[in-house]
Amino acid sequence: MEAITNFLVSFPTEFPVLWILVRIVVIVLPLMLAVAYFTYAERKIIGYMQVRLGPNRVGPKGWLQPIADAVKLMFKEIIIPTGVNKFLFVLAPMLALGPALAAWAVLPFDDGMVLTDINAGLLYILALTSVGVYGVIIAGWVSNSKYAFLGAIRSAAQIVSYEIAMGFALVGVLVAAGSLNLSDIVHAQEGGLLHWFWLPLLPLFVIYFISGVAETNRAPFDVAEGESEIVAGFHVEYSGMTFAVFFLAEYANMILISALTALMFLGGWLSPFQGTFMESWFAWVPGIIWFFLKVLIFGFLFLWFRATFPRYRYDQIMRLGWKVFIPITIVWILVVAVAVVYKFPIWFD
Amino acid sequence: MNTLVNYVRSLFLVELFRGMGVTGRYLFRSKFTLEYPEERAPQSPRFRGLHAQRRYPNGEERCIACKLCEATCPALAITIEAAPREDGQRRTTRYDIDLFKCIFCGFCEESCPVDAIVESRIYEYHFENREDAVMTKSKLLELGEKYEEQLAADRAVQAAYR
Repeated sequence: MEAITNFLVSFPTEFPVLWILVRIVVIVLPLMLAVAYFTYAERKIIGYMQVRLGPNRVGPKGWLQPIADAVKLMFKEIIIPTGVNKFLFVLAPMLALGPALAAWAVLPFDDGMVLTDINAGLLYILALTSVGVYGVIIAGWVSNSKYAFLGAIRSAAQIVSYEIAMGFALVGVLVAAGSLNLSDIVHAQEGGLLHWFWLPLLPLFVIYFISGVAETNRAPFDVAEGESEIVAGFHVEYSGMTFAVFFLAEYANMILISALTALMFLGGWLSPFQGTFMESWFAWVPGIIWFFLKVLIFGFLFLWFRATFPRYRYDQIMRLGWKVFIPITIVWILVVAVAVVYKFPIWFD
Repeated sequence: MNTLVNYVRSLFLVELFRGMGVTGRYLFRSKFTLEYPEERAPQSPRFRGLHAQRRYPNGEERCIACKLCEATCPALAITIEAAPREDGQRRTTRYDIDLFKCIFCGFCEESCPVDAIVESRIYEYHFENREDAVMTKSKLLELGEKYEEQLAADRAVQAAYR
Protein backbone atom coordinates (compact mmCIF):
# COMPACT_ATOMS: atom_id res chain seq x y z
CA MET A 1 0.00 0.00 0.00
CA GLU A 2 2.73 2.39 1.01
CA ALA A 3 4.70 1.45 -2.06
CA ILE A 4 1.80 2.44 -4.26
CA THR A 5 1.33 5.82 -2.61
CA ASN A 6 5.06 6.42 -2.74
CA PHE A 7 5.07 5.58 -6.40
CA LEU A 8 2.13 7.88 -7.10
CA VAL A 9 3.68 10.78 -5.19
CA SER A 10 7.07 10.44 -6.85
CA PHE A 11 5.61 9.69 -10.30
CA PRO A 12 5.57 13.32 -11.57
CA THR A 13 9.20 13.93 -10.65
CA GLU A 14 10.50 10.48 -11.57
CA PHE A 15 8.92 10.28 -15.02
CA PRO A 16 8.25 13.86 -16.12
CA VAL A 17 7.54 12.90 -19.74
CA LEU A 18 5.09 10.17 -18.75
CA TRP A 19 3.46 12.59 -16.33
CA ILE A 20 2.91 15.11 -19.12
CA LEU A 21 1.51 12.32 -21.28
CA VAL A 22 -0.94 11.39 -18.54
CA ARG A 23 -2.06 15.00 -18.23
CA ILE A 24 -2.51 15.27 -21.98
CA VAL A 25 -4.70 12.19 -21.97
CA VAL A 26 -6.70 13.60 -19.08
CA ILE A 27 -7.41 16.69 -21.16
CA VAL A 28 -7.88 15.13 -24.60
CA LEU A 29 -10.08 12.18 -23.71
CA PRO A 30 -12.83 14.21 -22.02
CA LEU A 31 -12.46 16.72 -24.84
CA MET A 32 -13.16 14.02 -27.44
CA LEU A 33 -16.15 12.89 -25.41
CA ALA A 34 -17.33 16.49 -25.19
CA VAL A 35 -16.99 16.81 -28.96
CA ALA A 36 -19.06 13.66 -29.47
CA TYR A 37 -21.81 14.89 -27.18
CA PHE A 38 -21.61 18.38 -28.63
CA THR A 39 -22.78 16.91 -31.93
CA TYR A 40 -25.63 15.23 -30.06
CA ALA A 41 -26.48 18.51 -28.33
CA GLU A 42 -26.43 20.25 -31.68
CA ARG A 43 -28.87 17.84 -33.25
CA LYS A 44 -31.12 17.96 -30.21
CA ILE A 45 -31.12 21.74 -29.76
CA ILE A 46 -31.52 22.56 -33.43
CA GLY A 47 -34.25 19.93 -33.54
CA TYR A 48 -36.03 21.53 -30.63
CA MET A 49 -35.74 24.97 -32.21
CA GLN A 50 -37.32 23.53 -35.35
CA VAL A 51 -40.12 22.04 -33.24
CA ARG A 52 -38.95 18.47 -33.71
CA LEU A 53 -37.43 16.03 -31.24
CA GLY A 54 -34.03 15.27 -32.68
CA PRO A 55 -32.32 11.88 -32.30
CA ASN A 56 -34.05 9.83 -29.58
CA ARG A 57 -33.85 6.22 -30.71
CA VAL A 58 -30.34 4.96 -29.94
CA GLY A 59 -30.25 4.28 -26.23
CA PRO A 60 -32.35 6.13 -23.66
CA LYS A 61 -33.34 9.50 -25.16
CA GLY A 62 -30.76 8.94 -27.88
CA TRP A 63 -27.77 9.29 -25.58
CA LEU A 64 -25.84 6.63 -27.49
CA GLN A 65 -26.36 8.35 -30.85
CA PRO A 66 -22.85 9.90 -30.99
CA ILE A 67 -21.32 6.52 -30.15
CA ALA A 68 -23.30 4.89 -32.94
CA ASP A 69 -22.22 7.64 -35.34
CA ALA A 70 -18.59 7.20 -34.37
CA VAL A 71 -18.74 3.44 -34.83
CA LYS A 72 -20.44 3.86 -38.18
CA LEU A 73 -17.78 6.27 -39.42
CA MET A 74 -14.96 4.04 -38.17
CA PHE A 75 -16.24 1.05 -40.13
CA LYS A 76 -16.85 2.96 -43.34
CA GLU A 77 -14.40 2.68 -46.17
CA ILE A 78 -11.90 5.48 -46.64
CA ILE A 79 -12.15 6.24 -50.33
CA ILE A 80 -9.07 7.87 -51.80
CA PRO A 81 -9.87 9.41 -55.19
CA THR A 82 -7.70 8.41 -58.13
CA GLY A 83 -4.82 10.70 -58.94
CA VAL A 84 -4.52 12.41 -55.57
CA ASN A 85 -1.45 12.71 -53.43
CA LYS A 86 -2.20 10.09 -50.82
CA PHE A 87 0.13 11.52 -48.21
CA LEU A 88 -1.39 14.99 -48.32
CA PHE A 89 -4.90 13.59 -48.60
CA VAL A 90 -4.51 11.78 -45.29
CA LEU A 91 -2.43 14.52 -43.72
CA ALA A 92 -5.03 17.25 -44.27
CA PRO A 93 -7.61 16.09 -41.69
CA MET A 94 -4.87 15.60 -39.12
CA LEU A 95 -3.58 19.10 -39.80
CA ALA A 96 -7.09 20.37 -39.13
CA LEU A 97 -7.53 18.46 -35.89
CA GLY A 98 -4.02 18.79 -34.44
CA PRO A 99 -4.02 22.53 -33.73
CA ALA A 100 -7.55 22.38 -32.33
CA LEU A 101 -6.30 19.92 -29.70
CA ALA A 102 -2.83 21.41 -29.20
CA ALA A 103 -4.28 24.79 -28.27
CA TRP A 104 -5.72 23.26 -25.11
CA ALA A 105 -2.19 22.99 -23.73
CA VAL A 106 -2.21 26.59 -22.52
CA LEU A 107 -5.85 26.86 -21.45
CA PRO A 108 -6.24 27.17 -17.68
CA PHE A 109 -9.23 25.21 -16.38
CA ASP A 110 -8.84 26.52 -12.86
CA ASP A 111 -6.33 28.57 -10.91
CA GLY A 112 -3.05 26.77 -11.70
CA MET A 113 -4.81 23.93 -13.49
CA VAL A 114 -3.05 24.23 -16.82
CA LEU A 115 -0.86 21.86 -18.82
CA THR A 116 1.84 24.39 -19.68
CA ASP A 117 1.79 27.80 -18.10
CA ILE A 118 3.69 29.68 -20.80
CA ASN A 119 3.96 33.44 -20.95
CA ALA A 120 3.06 33.81 -24.60
CA GLY A 121 -0.08 31.71 -24.33
CA LEU A 122 -2.23 34.06 -26.35
CA LEU A 123 0.36 34.22 -29.11
CA TYR A 124 0.58 30.43 -29.14
CA ILE A 125 -3.18 30.19 -29.51
CA LEU A 126 -3.28 32.74 -32.33
CA ALA A 127 -0.54 30.82 -34.11
CA LEU A 128 -2.23 27.45 -33.72
CA THR A 129 -5.70 28.56 -34.77
CA SER A 130 -4.11 29.96 -37.93
CA VAL A 131 -2.40 26.66 -38.69
CA GLY A 132 -5.82 24.99 -38.74
CA VAL A 133 -6.61 26.63 -42.08
CA TYR A 134 -3.83 24.67 -43.78
CA GLY A 135 -5.73 21.45 -43.23
CA VAL A 136 -8.68 22.97 -45.07
CA ILE A 137 -6.59 24.40 -47.90
CA ILE A 138 -4.64 21.19 -48.42
CA ALA A 139 -7.80 19.09 -48.29
CA GLY A 140 -9.45 21.32 -50.90
CA TRP A 141 -6.46 21.32 -53.20
CA VAL A 142 -5.49 17.67 -52.93
CA SER A 143 -9.04 16.39 -53.50
CA ASN A 144 -8.86 17.19 -57.24
CA SER A 145 -12.48 18.33 -57.15
CA LYS A 146 -13.85 21.70 -58.13
CA TYR A 147 -16.27 21.82 -55.22
CA ALA A 148 -13.58 21.02 -52.71
CA PHE A 149 -11.32 23.59 -54.32
CA LEU A 150 -13.99 26.30 -54.24
CA GLY A 151 -14.69 25.50 -50.61
CA ALA A 152 -11.02 25.68 -49.75
CA ILE A 153 -10.60 29.04 -51.50
CA ARG A 154 -13.59 30.50 -49.72
CA SER A 155 -12.52 29.06 -46.42
CA ALA A 156 -8.96 30.33 -46.73
CA ALA A 157 -10.05 33.85 -47.64
CA GLN A 158 -12.61 33.91 -44.85
CA ILE A 159 -10.33 32.59 -42.15
CA VAL A 160 -7.52 34.94 -43.09
CA SER A 161 -9.87 37.96 -43.08
CA TYR A 162 -11.42 37.14 -39.74
CA GLU A 163 -8.07 36.29 -38.21
CA ILE A 164 -7.27 39.99 -38.36
CA ALA A 165 -10.41 41.11 -36.56
CA MET A 166 -9.88 38.30 -34.07
CA GLY A 167 -6.26 39.29 -33.52
CA PHE A 168 -7.21 42.93 -32.97
CA ALA A 169 -9.88 41.89 -30.48
CA LEU A 170 -7.21 39.94 -28.62
CA VAL A 171 -4.89 42.95 -28.72
CA GLY A 172 -7.61 44.79 -26.81
CA VAL A 173 -7.68 41.97 -24.25
CA LEU A 174 -3.96 41.97 -23.73
CA VAL A 175 -3.83 45.74 -23.46
CA ALA A 176 -6.47 45.54 -20.76
CA ALA A 177 -4.86 42.59 -18.97
CA GLY A 178 -1.26 43.61 -19.54
CA SER A 179 -0.24 40.02 -20.17
CA LEU A 180 -0.17 37.31 -22.82
CA ASN A 181 -0.48 34.56 -20.24
CA LEU A 182 -4.02 33.24 -20.13
CA SER A 183 -4.00 32.68 -16.37
CA ASP A 184 -2.85 36.26 -15.85
CA ILE A 185 -5.60 37.46 -18.18
CA VAL A 186 -8.17 35.71 -16.01
CA HIS A 187 -6.58 37.08 -12.83
CA ALA A 188 -6.80 40.60 -14.29
CA GLN A 189 -10.60 40.16 -14.40
CA GLU A 190 -10.89 39.37 -10.71
CA GLY A 191 -13.72 41.12 -8.86
CA GLY A 192 -17.08 39.76 -9.99
CA LEU A 193 -19.45 39.88 -12.91
CA LEU A 194 -18.99 43.58 -13.69
CA HIS A 195 -15.22 43.36 -13.56
CA TRP A 196 -14.94 40.78 -16.28
CA PHE A 197 -13.70 42.07 -19.60
CA TRP A 198 -16.99 41.53 -21.41
CA LEU A 199 -18.21 44.88 -20.14
CA PRO A 200 -15.30 47.25 -20.82
CA LEU A 201 -14.46 45.35 -24.00
CA LEU A 202 -18.05 44.71 -25.11
CA PRO A 203 -17.50 45.47 -28.82
CA LEU A 204 -14.34 43.37 -28.84
CA PHE A 205 -16.18 40.59 -27.02
CA VAL A 206 -18.95 40.50 -29.61
CA ILE A 207 -16.53 40.79 -32.50
CA TYR A 208 -14.24 38.12 -31.08
CA PHE A 209 -17.05 35.64 -30.75
CA ILE A 210 -18.55 36.39 -34.16
CA SER A 211 -15.08 36.13 -35.72
CA GLY A 212 -14.70 32.86 -33.86
CA VAL A 213 -17.88 31.60 -35.49
CA ALA A 214 -16.51 32.67 -38.87
CA GLU A 215 -13.13 31.14 -38.09
CA THR A 216 -14.67 27.74 -37.41
CA ASN A 217 -16.72 27.96 -40.63
CA ARG A 218 -19.98 27.63 -38.73
CA ALA A 219 -23.36 28.97 -39.76
CA PRO A 220 -24.03 31.75 -40.68
CA PHE A 221 -20.48 31.86 -42.08
CA ASP A 222 -20.45 28.34 -43.50
CA VAL A 223 -19.81 29.25 -47.13
CA ALA A 224 -16.81 26.94 -47.04
CA GLU A 225 -19.18 24.03 -46.67
CA GLY A 226 -22.20 25.63 -48.30
CA GLU A 227 -24.32 22.51 -48.66
CA SER A 228 -26.71 24.12 -51.10
CA GLU A 229 -23.98 25.58 -53.32
CA ILE A 230 -20.86 23.44 -53.31
CA VAL A 231 -22.06 20.13 -51.85
CA ALA A 232 -19.85 19.97 -48.76
CA GLY A 233 -16.98 22.24 -49.65
CA PHE A 234 -13.46 21.21 -48.85
CA HIS A 235 -14.35 17.76 -47.49
CA VAL A 236 -16.60 16.42 -50.31
CA GLU A 237 -14.10 13.74 -51.26
CA TYR A 238 -13.52 12.55 -47.71
CA SER A 239 -15.30 9.56 -46.24
CA GLY A 240 -15.12 7.30 -43.22
CA MET A 241 -12.55 8.14 -40.60
CA THR A 242 -10.86 10.89 -42.61
CA PHE A 243 -14.18 12.72 -42.74
CA ALA A 244 -14.76 12.00 -39.07
CA VAL A 245 -11.48 13.71 -38.21
CA PHE A 246 -12.58 16.86 -40.08
CA PHE A 247 -15.84 16.66 -38.21
CA LEU A 248 -14.02 16.31 -34.89
CA ALA A 249 -11.78 19.23 -35.78
CA GLU A 250 -14.75 21.49 -36.49
CA TYR A 251 -16.41 20.72 -33.17
CA ALA A 252 -13.16 20.77 -31.22
CA ASN A 253 -12.54 24.21 -32.69
CA MET A 254 -15.99 25.34 -31.62
CA ILE A 255 -15.33 24.22 -28.07
CA LEU A 256 -11.92 25.87 -28.19
CA ILE A 257 -13.37 29.19 -29.31
CA SER A 258 -16.04 28.93 -26.60
CA ALA A 259 -13.38 28.23 -23.99
CA LEU A 260 -11.19 31.10 -25.18
CA THR A 261 -14.10 33.53 -25.14
CA ALA A 262 -14.99 32.37 -21.65
CA LEU A 263 -11.41 32.83 -20.50
CA MET A 264 -10.79 36.21 -22.01
CA PHE A 265 -14.14 37.93 -21.61
CA LEU A 266 -16.12 36.06 -18.95
CA GLY A 267 -13.41 35.57 -16.36
CA GLY A 268 -12.65 31.89 -16.93
CA TRP A 269 -12.86 30.03 -13.64
CA LEU A 270 -13.89 33.09 -11.59
CA SER A 271 -17.17 32.96 -9.75
CA PRO A 272 -19.77 35.43 -11.02
CA PHE A 273 -20.74 36.24 -7.43
CA GLN A 274 -17.29 37.45 -6.44
CA GLY A 275 -17.51 40.70 -4.49
CA THR A 276 -21.25 40.39 -3.77
CA PHE A 277 -23.01 39.19 -0.63
CA MET A 278 -23.61 35.85 -2.35
CA GLU A 279 -19.92 35.06 -2.70
CA SER A 280 -19.78 32.85 0.39
CA TRP A 281 -22.86 30.89 -0.68
CA PHE A 282 -21.11 29.68 -3.80
CA ALA A 283 -17.60 29.41 -2.36
CA TRP A 284 -17.85 25.60 -2.43
CA VAL A 285 -18.26 25.52 -6.22
CA PRO A 286 -14.90 24.68 -7.79
CA GLY A 287 -13.63 27.13 -10.40
CA ILE A 288 -13.62 24.49 -13.10
CA ILE A 289 -17.42 24.27 -12.84
CA TRP A 290 -17.81 27.99 -13.47
CA PHE A 291 -15.44 27.62 -16.40
CA PHE A 292 -17.44 24.76 -17.90
CA LEU A 293 -20.69 26.65 -17.42
CA LYS A 294 -19.27 29.62 -19.29
CA VAL A 295 -18.01 27.38 -22.08
CA LEU A 296 -21.47 25.84 -22.29
CA ILE A 297 -23.03 29.28 -22.78
CA PHE A 298 -20.92 29.91 -25.86
CA GLY A 299 -21.30 26.36 -27.10
CA PHE A 300 -25.04 26.85 -26.94
CA LEU A 301 -24.73 30.18 -28.77
CA PHE A 302 -22.96 28.41 -31.66
CA LEU A 303 -25.94 26.08 -32.02
CA TRP A 304 -28.44 28.87 -31.52
CA PHE A 305 -26.80 30.85 -34.32
CA ARG A 306 -26.96 27.88 -36.63
CA ALA A 307 -30.66 27.37 -35.92
CA THR A 308 -31.42 31.05 -36.47
CA PHE A 309 -29.40 32.70 -39.21
CA PRO A 310 -29.35 32.07 -42.93
CA ARG A 311 -25.95 31.87 -44.59
CA TYR A 312 -24.19 35.14 -45.39
CA ARG A 313 -23.51 35.94 -49.00
CA TYR A 314 -19.79 35.72 -49.74
CA ASP A 315 -19.27 39.45 -50.39
CA GLN A 316 -21.22 40.27 -47.24
CA ILE A 317 -18.86 38.13 -45.21
CA MET A 318 -15.90 40.00 -46.62
CA ARG A 319 -17.59 43.36 -46.06
CA LEU A 320 -18.40 42.47 -42.45
CA GLY A 321 -14.88 41.33 -41.73
CA TRP A 322 -12.91 44.08 -43.40
CA LYS A 323 -15.18 47.11 -43.34
CA VAL A 324 -17.03 46.67 -40.06
CA PHE A 325 -15.10 44.52 -37.61
CA ILE A 326 -11.58 45.77 -38.24
CA PRO A 327 -12.43 49.50 -37.94
CA ILE A 328 -14.48 48.90 -34.79
CA THR A 329 -11.73 46.87 -33.14
CA ILE A 330 -9.10 49.49 -33.98
CA VAL A 331 -11.23 52.25 -32.49
CA TRP A 332 -11.94 50.22 -29.37
CA ILE A 333 -8.28 49.30 -28.88
CA LEU A 334 -7.66 53.05 -28.77
CA VAL A 335 -10.44 53.52 -26.21
CA VAL A 336 -9.08 50.69 -24.07
CA ALA A 337 -5.54 52.03 -24.31
CA VAL A 338 -6.66 55.48 -23.14
CA ALA A 339 -8.68 53.90 -20.32
CA VAL A 340 -5.68 51.86 -19.22
CA VAL A 341 -3.30 54.82 -19.34
CA TYR A 342 -5.62 56.98 -17.23
CA LYS A 343 -6.45 54.02 -14.93
CA PHE A 344 -10.15 54.26 -15.59
CA PRO A 345 -12.18 52.79 -12.67
CA ILE A 346 -13.57 50.18 -12.02
CA TRP A 347 -11.68 47.97 -14.46
CA PHE A 348 -8.28 49.46 -14.91
CA ASP A 349 -7.49 51.06 -11.58
CA MET B 1 -31.85 60.05 -41.04
CA ASN B 2 -33.25 56.71 -42.08
CA THR B 3 -29.82 55.50 -43.13
CA LEU B 4 -28.46 56.55 -39.77
CA VAL B 5 -31.16 54.61 -37.94
CA ASN B 6 -30.41 51.59 -40.09
CA TYR B 7 -26.72 51.88 -39.36
CA VAL B 8 -27.32 51.99 -35.63
CA ARG B 9 -29.77 49.12 -35.80
CA SER B 10 -27.39 46.89 -37.69
CA LEU B 11 -24.48 47.92 -35.48
CA PHE B 12 -26.34 46.82 -32.38
CA LEU B 13 -27.48 43.61 -34.09
CA VAL B 14 -31.13 44.42 -33.36
CA GLU B 15 -32.58 42.18 -36.08
CA LEU B 16 -30.25 39.35 -35.17
CA PHE B 17 -31.30 39.42 -31.54
CA ARG B 18 -34.94 39.43 -32.57
CA GLY B 19 -34.31 36.42 -34.78
CA MET B 20 -32.64 34.63 -31.92
CA GLY B 21 -35.60 35.54 -29.75
CA VAL B 22 -37.89 33.74 -32.18
CA THR B 23 -35.80 30.57 -32.26
CA GLY B 24 -35.30 30.82 -28.51
CA ARG B 25 -39.07 30.78 -28.01
CA TYR B 26 -39.44 27.84 -30.36
CA LEU B 27 -36.96 25.88 -28.25
CA PHE B 28 -39.65 25.53 -25.59
CA ARG B 29 -42.62 24.90 -27.89
CA SER B 30 -44.28 21.52 -27.63
CA LYS B 31 -42.95 19.41 -30.49
CA PHE B 32 -44.88 18.25 -33.53
CA THR B 33 -42.92 15.03 -33.93
CA LEU B 34 -45.02 11.89 -34.01
CA GLU B 35 -42.98 8.98 -32.68
CA TYR B 36 -44.21 6.67 -35.38
CA PRO B 37 -44.26 3.07 -34.30
CA GLU B 38 -45.63 4.03 -30.89
CA GLU B 39 -47.77 6.96 -31.99
CA ARG B 40 -49.83 7.15 -35.15
CA ALA B 41 -51.57 9.96 -36.92
CA PRO B 42 -55.37 9.73 -36.82
CA GLN B 43 -56.87 8.34 -40.03
CA SER B 44 -59.87 9.64 -41.90
CA PRO B 45 -62.56 7.18 -43.03
CA ARG B 46 -61.65 8.47 -46.51
CA PHE B 47 -58.07 7.22 -46.12
CA ARG B 48 -56.74 5.81 -49.39
CA GLY B 49 -54.41 2.92 -48.66
CA LEU B 50 -53.95 -0.53 -50.10
CA HIS B 51 -56.76 -1.72 -52.40
CA ALA B 52 -59.27 -4.46 -51.61
CA GLN B 53 -62.25 -6.04 -53.34
CA ARG B 54 -65.43 -6.54 -51.40
CA ARG B 55 -68.13 -9.20 -51.47
CA TYR B 56 -71.85 -8.99 -50.77
CA PRO B 57 -72.96 -10.33 -47.37
CA ASN B 58 -74.10 -13.55 -49.09
CA GLY B 59 -70.56 -14.16 -50.30
CA GLU B 60 -71.09 -13.12 -53.92
CA GLU B 61 -68.30 -10.91 -55.23
CA ARG B 62 -69.47 -7.41 -56.05
CA CYS B 63 -67.35 -6.73 -59.11
CA ILE B 64 -69.29 -7.01 -62.35
CA ALA B 65 -66.38 -6.31 -64.69
CA CYS B 66 -67.79 -3.00 -65.95
CA LYS B 67 -64.20 -1.78 -66.35
CA LEU B 68 -65.06 1.77 -65.24
CA CYS B 69 -62.11 1.68 -62.84
CA GLU B 70 -59.79 0.57 -65.60
CA ALA B 71 -61.06 3.38 -67.81
CA THR B 72 -60.76 6.06 -65.16
CA CYS B 73 -57.39 5.04 -63.76
CA PRO B 74 -55.06 7.97 -64.57
CA ALA B 75 -51.94 5.85 -64.04
CA LEU B 76 -53.19 2.94 -66.16
CA ALA B 77 -52.47 0.66 -63.21
CA ILE B 78 -55.55 -1.56 -63.56
CA THR B 79 -55.83 -4.43 -66.03
CA ILE B 80 -59.11 -6.31 -66.31
CA GLU B 81 -60.12 -9.31 -68.37
CA ALA B 82 -63.72 -10.48 -68.24
CA ALA B 83 -65.74 -13.47 -69.35
CA PRO B 84 -69.18 -14.95 -68.56
CA ARG B 85 -69.22 -17.31 -65.62
CA GLU B 86 -70.86 -20.77 -65.80
CA ASP B 87 -74.16 -19.27 -64.56
CA GLY B 88 -73.99 -16.68 -67.32
CA GLN B 89 -73.08 -13.72 -65.12
CA ARG B 90 -70.38 -11.35 -66.29
CA ARG B 91 -67.32 -11.59 -64.02
CA THR B 92 -63.65 -10.76 -64.16
CA THR B 93 -61.20 -13.51 -64.93
CA ARG B 94 -58.29 -11.22 -64.19
CA TYR B 95 -58.19 -8.09 -62.06
CA ASP B 96 -54.66 -6.75 -61.55
CA ILE B 97 -53.58 -3.49 -59.92
CA ASP B 98 -49.94 -2.65 -60.42
CA LEU B 99 -48.97 -0.87 -57.20
CA PHE B 100 -45.85 0.53 -58.79
CA LYS B 101 -48.05 2.47 -61.18
CA CYS B 102 -50.89 3.23 -58.77
CA ILE B 103 -50.92 6.77 -57.40
CA PHE B 104 -53.63 6.09 -54.80
CA CYS B 105 -55.94 8.77 -56.18
CA GLY B 106 -59.05 6.78 -55.30
CA PHE B 107 -60.73 7.31 -58.69
CA CYS B 108 -61.30 3.57 -59.07
CA GLU B 109 -63.24 3.50 -55.83
CA GLU B 110 -65.22 6.61 -56.82
CA SER B 111 -66.09 5.22 -60.23
CA CYS B 112 -67.21 1.82 -58.98
CA PRO B 113 -71.03 1.50 -59.27
CA VAL B 114 -71.19 -1.47 -56.88
CA ASP B 115 -68.57 -0.45 -54.28
CA ALA B 116 -66.47 -3.46 -55.25
CA ILE B 117 -62.98 -1.98 -55.52
CA VAL B 118 -62.16 0.07 -52.41
CA GLU B 119 -59.09 1.52 -50.82
CA SER B 120 -58.53 0.29 -47.28
CA ARG B 121 -56.72 1.93 -44.39
CA ILE B 122 -53.67 -0.30 -44.76
CA TYR B 123 -50.53 1.74 -45.39
CA GLU B 124 -47.79 -0.42 -43.91
CA TYR B 125 -46.80 -3.10 -46.39
CA HIS B 126 -43.78 -4.14 -48.35
CA PHE B 127 -42.85 -6.43 -51.21
CA GLU B 128 -39.98 -8.83 -51.34
CA ASN B 129 -40.29 -9.54 -55.06
CA ARG B 130 -41.18 -7.21 -57.87
CA GLU B 131 -44.08 -9.39 -59.00
CA ASP B 132 -45.60 -9.09 -55.50
CA ALA B 133 -46.33 -5.45 -56.29
CA VAL B 134 -49.16 -6.55 -58.57
CA MET B 135 -52.36 -7.00 -56.60
CA THR B 136 -54.19 -9.91 -58.21
CA LYS B 137 -57.87 -10.62 -57.89
CA SER B 138 -57.37 -13.29 -55.25
CA LYS B 139 -55.18 -11.04 -53.11
CA LEU B 140 -57.69 -8.21 -53.39
CA LEU B 141 -60.59 -10.43 -52.40
CA GLU B 142 -58.60 -11.87 -49.51
CA LEU B 143 -57.94 -8.38 -48.15
CA GLY B 144 -61.58 -7.48 -48.66
CA GLU B 145 -62.72 -10.48 -46.63
CA LYS B 146 -60.21 -9.80 -43.89
CA TYR B 147 -61.12 -6.14 -43.40
CA GLU B 148 -64.77 -6.20 -44.45
CA GLU B 149 -65.97 -4.88 -41.11
CA GLN B 150 -63.75 -1.80 -41.22
CA LEU B 151 -64.40 -1.22 -44.93
CA ALA B 152 -68.17 -1.45 -44.51
CA ALA B 153 -68.11 0.89 -41.51
CA ASP B 154 -66.04 3.50 -43.40
CA ARG B 155 -68.38 3.30 -46.44
CA ALA B 156 -71.38 3.73 -44.13
CA VAL B 157 -69.89 6.89 -42.61
CA GLN B 158 -69.22 8.28 -46.06
CA ALA B 159 -72.52 7.18 -47.59
CA ALA B 160 -74.18 10.57 -47.12
CA TYR B 161 -71.50 12.33 -49.20
CA ARG B 162 -71.36 9.97 -52.14
